[in-house]
Amino acid sequence: MMDPAVKNLIDIDRSAAAMGAKADILLEQARWAAQVFQRYDRATTLDIAEAVARVAHEKAAEYAERAVAETGFGVAAHKRLKNELSSLPLVDHYRDWDFVNPQLREREMIVEIPRPAGVIFALAPSTNPIATVYFKILSALMTRNAIIVSPHPAARAVSLDAINTLAAAAEAAGAPTAVIQAVEQPSLPLIDEFMRSAKTDVILATGGSAMVRAAYSSANPAIGVGPGNAPVFVDASADLGQAAKHIVESKSFDNSILCTNESVLIALAESEAALLREMKKAGAHICSLEETAALRRLLFHERGFNVETLGRDATWIAEQAGIKASPKTKILVAPIHLIGQDEPLSREKLCPVLGFYVARSKAQALTQARQLLRFGGTGHSAAIHARDQRTVLDFAQAVEVYRVVVNAPCSQGAAGFATNLAPSFTIGTGFFGSSSIGENIGPQHLVSWTKVAWNKDAGEMLDATALGHLNHPGPLPEAPSDGVPGKTRPRYQPPPAAASHSDDSLRDEIRRIIAEELRAALKG
Amino acid sequence: MSLEKEDFLERSKTFWNPAKTQDWQDMEVDLVIDRREGYCLYDMDGQRLIDLHLNGGTYNLGHRHPELVEVLNQATSHFDMGNHHFPSLARTALAEALAACTPGDLQYTAYGSGGGEAIDIAIKSARNAMQKRKIVSIIRAYHGHTGLAVKAGAERFSKLFLSEDREGEFVQIPFNDLNAMEDALKGRDVAAVLMETIPATYGFPMPDEGYLPTVKKLCERYDALYIADEVQTGLMRCGTLWGITKYDVEPDILVTGKGISGGIYPIACCVLNERSGQWLKQDGFGHISTMGGAELGCIVAMKVLEITQRPQVALMVRYISDFIRAGLDQIRDLYPDFFIGIRQHGVVMGLEFNHPQGAKPVMKHLYRNGVWAIFSTLDPRVLQFKPGILLSQAMCEEVLARVEVAIGAAREEVMGKGSRRGR
Repeated sequence: MMDPAVKNLIDIDRSAAAMGAKADILLEQARWAAQVFQRYDRATTLDIAEAVARVAHEKAAEYAERAVAETGFGVAAHKRLKNELSSLPLVDHYRDWDFVNPQLREREMIVEIPRPAGVIFALAPSTNPIATVYFKILSALMTRNAIIVSPHPAARAVSLDAINTLAAAAEAAGAPTAVIQAVEQPSLPLIDEFMRSAKTDVILATGGSAMVRAAYSSANPAIGVGPGNAPVFVDASADLGQAAKHIVESKSFDNSILCTNESVLIALAESEAALLREMKKAGAHICSLEETAALRRLLFHERGFNVETLGRDATWIAEQAGIKASPKTKILVAPIHLIGQDEPLSREKLCPVLGFYVARSKAQALTQARQLLRFGGTGHSAAIHARDQRTVLDFAQAVEVYRVVVNAPCSQGAAGFATNLAPSFTIGTGFFGSSSIGENIGPQHLVSWTKVAWNKDAGEMLDATALGHLNHPGPLPEAPSDGVPGKTRPRYQPPPAAASHSDDSLRDEIRRIIAEELRAALKG
Repeated sequence: MSLEKEDFLERSKTFWNPAKTQDWQDMEVDLVIDRREGYCLYDMDGQRLIDLHLNGGTYNLGHRHPELVEVLNQATSHFDMGNHHFPSLARTALAEALAACTPGDLQYTAYGSGGGEAIDIAIKSARNAMQKRKIVSIIRAYHGHTGLAVKAGAERFSKLFLSEDREGEFVQIPFNDLNAMEDALKGRDVAAVLMETIPATYGFPMPDEGYLPTVKKLCERYDALYIADEVQTGLMRCGTLWGITKYDVEPDILVTGKGISGGIYPIACCVLNERSGQWLKQDGFGHISTMGGAELGCIVAMKVLEITQRPQVALMVRYISDFIRAGLDQIRDLYPDFFIGIRQHGVVMGLEFNHPQGAKPVMKHLYRNGVWAIFSTLDPRVLQFKPGILLSQAMCEEVLARVEVAIGAAREEVMGKGSRRGR
């Protein structure tokens, strides 16, 4: 017999009906998964998040290499580090937060019950494809949400592999089926369906401004992040050697692809020469006027930033611009004399090119830093190197951002890896940056709390034991298929408590990995 | 009831079907379906009803599924019903799609315009292939109303029209009775056993473990074909595309209707293997149906098969059946003296009540509470409870909330207010 074929006589694949259906079926599955996930207790939830994080951690290096190969930008070793930091250490960072059990505020006569968002639609960028996927998925799992991730088309293959691998790990660890899903063929109209669907509870948008604005215009709640354009001010009180090292490390980290990277260094005339010496020592090439002009032409076209240069290393960019730089060059420093509309190099540059502006006074430095952010990147990040803490506070007060990194590399510091900020690749740009949240986004933003508030004058006492009344029954029991012998599919059984939770050696192992990675991150 | 509806019902009695129109009024279900969308029906007076009847699975994917509407609309710019005499692009394409997704060696598809006609084709094919006339089916089975199908079903539908079997060619035996089955087949004069995988109109009694595979074995032993009537159990309702595969049976003929063309353009299919489809080589003009397998219907059916086989749909059926079952179990705990049983395979469910006509008041109260589910004509103790395979989580919750209220009210009506509730 000839093999039967399935031919499509009428193809409606591009119709609105088909687009709607494609989004709807994933959203509806996610809804089921979210509803069932909300029946899970804290221990099981953490077990699942940890199991998934472990798989993510194991695959961090492989995905880093594949992401660089597929997108053509970034540095595999740095991506690996970002991926790793977004797996086990992330879960560990939030281990002591309780997103599952009701909380008692006895004196206020209030009980708070956590309510997961439900269905999250997440967009991932091409710049940090895997770290973002890891971060969003684990944040969703820790809070018992279902998540649909739309990978960036430029990093589609590796992102899909990561999403599907994490989904399989989650299910194997007992999570409801389809708690993690991927949009296999992302396209603008399809993404639009997801964003506009009433079945989407929240959009976690990371990506270009257009996408983020679209998320905010969708009529669904959105947590979006704007672009960065971080000034870094090196005060006269700074340890110039350390400052130069941090800035070069940060600027060369993953070839400056993190939106938290320094965009323009603002120095003071009094320490300019000394700082430039230290910069050179740390691996910077200081451009001449002509070289700066060549960089300006290379990096910025009429339509904006030349994406060809995105995440490329310094020597590649130097070569393209016709700059003769040492092969050991880590970053290119381009002196500029204006900040704002008339100087393209004062825009965000997701490549290891750093603007260099010399201010005549501290006051001018602060004003120019503020102006740089007004020009672009408002609400995002800024950095300062100074020993004088008053200057730090003056700077922080002046700039319209929600995180100021002090004496540390900004790429890593603002993302919470060289500072004690929350580790995140989704940087809330708050009201300054037309966003709803100004913090580093974390799982806590994916849960709302029902506040049960008693009459404050009635003199009732809250019964702490009543909280235990709200139980977590776990997965749904499987419905029978009457008459089908031995069909019953084995369902997840929570492992005995000893297996993972009180496993001290595993916790120690995780702590060790985190410590190592943090050391590595700080070293660059 | 609006004056408009009263007037309409009079017209319905005058010009369409007086008794059927009146019967529904007597059962206090004054439904006249007007607008329909997804899993909701809207009565002409505006009441919304969540459809758990789905007209026997016809609206398995919901009413006017947007992709089916789209594919039909686009198809009308190129196709019509087609000419059944000639090789047909759409009939062949659907036949190939069916060959690819039906169990075992099923290969050819012969088309009818409805399930009954497809059952007739199945019976005729079996008789031709086996050169025997007898057809064994189940007492109170339901296979449709055409010439042969009606004889294979309960007499309730054949006697009225003096169409019951009088030559002893249609033998009916009790469900789940293997001895009776063997007795019926022993004489080796049976062409085929015709089985609904789960008898629907009989209230979904579930096959005992091993029953259907043993019937198939008996068919092989006594040289009869096995016809699987998958009109109600097919198309993912049991969690797999065809219910019969869950019972590990490879039929010689598979019949699918109702939901196969999404409730939007009628066709029905009789899928045959080399053995049962012999007449197709012997005399291809042997069975003719102008509207059978209308090409527009075939195109819709191909989309139905594609949608139904999306990997997410099987998972959805699992979620729906697990969730609804958990909810029904809780409701049963509330009314254990009235709501006494749940028969279930996937989203094929029968709710059993402790009264010979128990499902009728439940149907009535469900109707009052915005849910449409129908009693089993051939066993009115049982309510047919058939959520759609794409029913949303939100609507599943809503259904359960409404069902709890309705069953409580029905129980009070049947058993009196004084009787005790569970728990």
